Amino acid sequence: MAIYTKDEARTILEKALSFSKADACEINLNGSNSGNIRYARNTVSTSGHSSNQTLVVQSSFGKKSGTATIDEFDDASLEKVVRRAEELAQLSPENPEFMEPLGPQEYADSRTYRESTANITPEYRAKVASSSIDPAAAQDVTAAGFFNDSESFSAMINSNGLFAYNQATGMDFTVTMRTNDGTGSGWVSRDYNDVTKFDAAAASKIAIDKAVMSREARAIEPGKYTVILEPAASNDLLSNMFSSFSARSADEGRNFMSTPDGGNKLGQKIVDERVTLWSDPQHPDVPTATWNGAGQPLKKTMWIENGVVKNLAYDRYWAEQKGVEPVPFPSNAIMAGGDASLQDLIESTSKGILVTRLWYIRSVDPQTLLYTGLTRDGTFYIENGKIKHPVKNFRFNESPIIMLNNLETLGQQVRIDGNLIPYMKIRDFTFTSLSDAV
Amino acid sequence: MKRRNFVQYAGLGTGALLMPSLLMGREIPQEALLHPGMDNAVKKRLADVALNTAKSLGATYADARIGRYLNQYVFTREDKVQNVVNTESFGIGIRVIANGTWGFSSTNSVTEDGIKKATEQAVAIAKANSGIQKEPVVLAPVQTHGEVSWKTPITKDFREVPVSDKVDLLLSANAAAMENGASFVNSALFMVNEQKYFASTDGNYIDQDVHRIWPTFGVTAIDRQAGKFKSRQAMSAPMGMGFEYMDGLDSEKLEGPAGIKLYRNSYDIVEDAVLAAQQAQQMLTAKSVEAGKYDLVLEPNHLGLTIHESVGHPLELDRVLGYEANYAGTSFATLDKWKSGDFKYGSDIVNLVADKTQPGSLGAVGYDDEGVKTKKWDLVRNGILTNYQAIRDQVHMIDQNESHGCCYAQSWDDVQFQRMPNVSLEPGTEKYGIADMIRDVEKGIYIAGRGSYSIDQQRYNFQFGGTVFYEIRNGEVVGMLDDVAYQSNTQEFWNSCVKICDESDYRLFGSFFDGKGQPSQISAVSHGSSTSRFNDVNVINTGRTI
Repeated sequence: MAIYTKDEARTILEKALSFSKADACEINLNGSNSGNIRYARNTVSTSGHSSNQTLVVQSSFGKKSGTATIDEFDDASLEKVVRRAEELAQLSPENPEFMEPLGPQEYADSRTYRESTANITPEYRAKVASSSIDPAAAQDVTAAGFFNDSESFSAMINSNGLFAYNQATGMDFTVTMRTNDGTGSGWVSRDYNDVTKFDAAAASKIAIDKAVMSREARAIEPGKYTVILEPAASNDLLSNMFSSFSARSADEGRNFMSTPDGGNKLGQKIVDERVTLWSDPQHPDVPTATWNGAGQPLKKTMWIENGVVKNLAYDRYWAEQKGVEPVPFPSNAIMAGGDASLQDLIESTSKGILVTRLWYIRSVDPQTLLYTGLTRDGTFYIENGKIKHPVKNFRFNESPIIMLNNLETLGQQVRIDGNLIPYMKIRDFTFTSLSDAV
Repeated sequence: MKRRNFVQYAGLGTGALLMPSLLMGREIPQEALLHPGMDNAVKKRLADVALNTAKSLGATYADARIGRYLNQYVFTREDKVQNVVNTESFGIGIRVIANGTWGFSSTNSVTEDGIKKATEQAVAIAKANSGIQKEPVVLAPVQTHGEVSWKTPITKDFREVPVSDKVDLLLSANAAAMENGASFVNSALFMVNEQKYFASTDGNYIDQDVHRIWPTFGVTAIDRQAGKFKSRQAMSAPMGMGFEYMDGLDSEKLEGPAGIKLYRNSYDIVEDAVLAAQQAQQMLTAKSVEAGKYDLVLEPNHLGLTIHESVGHPLELDRVLGYEANYAGTSFATLDKWKSGDFKYGSDIVNLVADKTQPGSLGAVGYDDEGVKTKKWDLVRNGILTNYQAIRDQVHMIDQNESHGCCYAQSWDDVQFQRMPNVSLEPGTEKYGIADMIRDVEKGIYIAGRGSYSIDQQRYNFQFGGTVFYEIRNGEVVGMLDDVAYQSNTQEFWNSCVKICDESDYRLFGSFFDGKGQPSQISAVSHGSSTSRFNDVNVINTGRTI
């Protein structure tokens, strides 16, 4: 299906808006083409392609809103969908938290689209699969992987004069390599907006090496250990922490950011002073759209600086209640790193555990942000600056807040899942039991 | 992070639900839910276009699924309606085997031309991938049923119940919670209707109409001065039922220990909200558990999730064989253990059955998404591992020649694959109730409702929490506990099962949004059990200070 240009999208949206008779109207138009290949047991399993495009109209009378959607964009269809949204709005209950649509906004340029990714073919996907499968088979290893690519656009308009448009491409790749004797497993993940940065063979080699290195893991006692967390491991815990940066739930007293006086921890130091975390939609390594689905501009925003909470997310309603400017939720996360490579971090460790990734992370206690989960696909014991041997996987029970207070060293940053996260060395990370899983 | 944000916006708390945006479909007015949709004769003609096109391009097998998926979701908090969402998604998915390789494509252009193009793409993908195919697809034979239909046995179609009635019901539950001391309450109703038409080159034309419902809420109590907050989730179960589940019939209620109310096939959301508000406040001052070994008495709406994670998933044959290695993982329940014929999965009283036919369950359908008539079969009998869950292209790998009928796709635009059937623990055969079980425990914990859950990628080591915890001392419940989680190993845990209550206590737990596969797809599945006792399980204290 068509990926509309800015002008084409504007023409459709303006036409649709011209049919509106409501007090307020907001229309979003989105479309995507995506393809994928999946493989396992050193052979391809499933593969597919899908295309979608949708126009969503939200019409409002006073505080009553209705939403309707359509995937055909001729004039008659556009008028029909606008009328339908208006009928639904008249039937809806009032939403006391309804906010008027935003007026015109200024958006920074976006860096999310790359022609190279938009042009990916089924043959390219098959080649990605063989770049994993062939070297795996040559080393008595079995590959299971997934490659997914997409090209998309999003646009919006409203009755207060706002118009926004963005085009994006992206690709995600993960592969798990397991030794054929079932005793070793390795994994790697890559994601980019620009597929030319992606090297399937090099990534697959890392996972194969880890699988071979992790064979015949030994059991060591659970307890508190110094850990080196690869960015894939810490990213999941940090993402969970980030999703709790809501001013409203903090102010309501049901978030780890709540304070006994009825307020929140804005301005308080909550983690080690070397922790600085921000979001930036224009960062060249992790670009995102420069506006969100509500039409709010997304800008570089500091969340934790030198360990101190600098911002919490305020939706427009809550910002108005509190008399502050709205702060939208971030679209990416960037954590300041250091110069140390993974090798440097290992060499500076007298006794510790290297963790490739964490798995099945679930909240245990939202009060303390305690999470549980397990290590997976490459866990190694370090002694006197060297990897000594693989160890059996551990279950952990740990809070990212405690973890970031126990920071020893920050290493180099790596892109992972759309974020930029450094290697980290953490002391006293809590492992509570052993797992036999490979 | 985006999915988690949605969970936040829905206000039900982390872990309460996972709702993929793709399931939202396109939004439509309530009355459009009742539109009958495309006539079956037209669907048959269009499905034949896909099958004939595929065959003409050299495919040796093809199936077409024309699906209309209707969802209605209602979200409220305290005295406000946050959102009412009606969605419809309509299209066709075509799956083919060409050169011994699967290919799949889908389109929402359900016309002869659109279907031909999608079929051509499915065949092209299959042929493009056949070069790296090392194991040609082998399909187990399927019975030819001809033109047949099946419908979830419901008595109240959610589509015919006015939205205002649904909103009023949720707001009454919210008001009841607030009047009983809740600081906040979020509630939601999820209602789903899948209208699925399946056709294949085996000569099957199957029309099915599937209904599911899930009412749920989260009640939060806050002690601001102490800086504490606690949440109590609903004790409802998602069900394969119509809106009649919301009737709150007294005949379907059970009394648990410590005044707990439990629900079978009918749910009283207002009554549960009152109790939730009271329990959430009790949690603020509940005793923190002392870590150690306890005998656990697990209520079905809790035990269902343990069954799901430690029995349902490890016995999926695609996991065992390695097809899910890159995402959900593999399984400790390897083929050699099954072939030995004496692998002790659990104690002698543990009987676990797979069932795609159980009335009221989320997994019940007449035929699966590759046209296989559904059935019930043993997974574990008298504690011994006896079988897996497998579909047409897998059963030959375990020397069987009949699919188990558990193939499913979440929508027309996703490829179908092996999904978990309902997996349930059979009740005990002798008369024995929950009061009898509590009386027999010296040092234990009664756990009801689902909580935090985590398990490794081969399903050995798990840690589960719950909704409410009560301490049992010398045969009596002595008070509420906090900070409880138990850690165990699947085989050790099921072998520590010493007693199972009789069928009068049997109820279904449900998972409405179970995720699997890449790209990830959700499915809904139930797990039945009676309250069961597990001896000497390791309990940890999860309390921390930050």
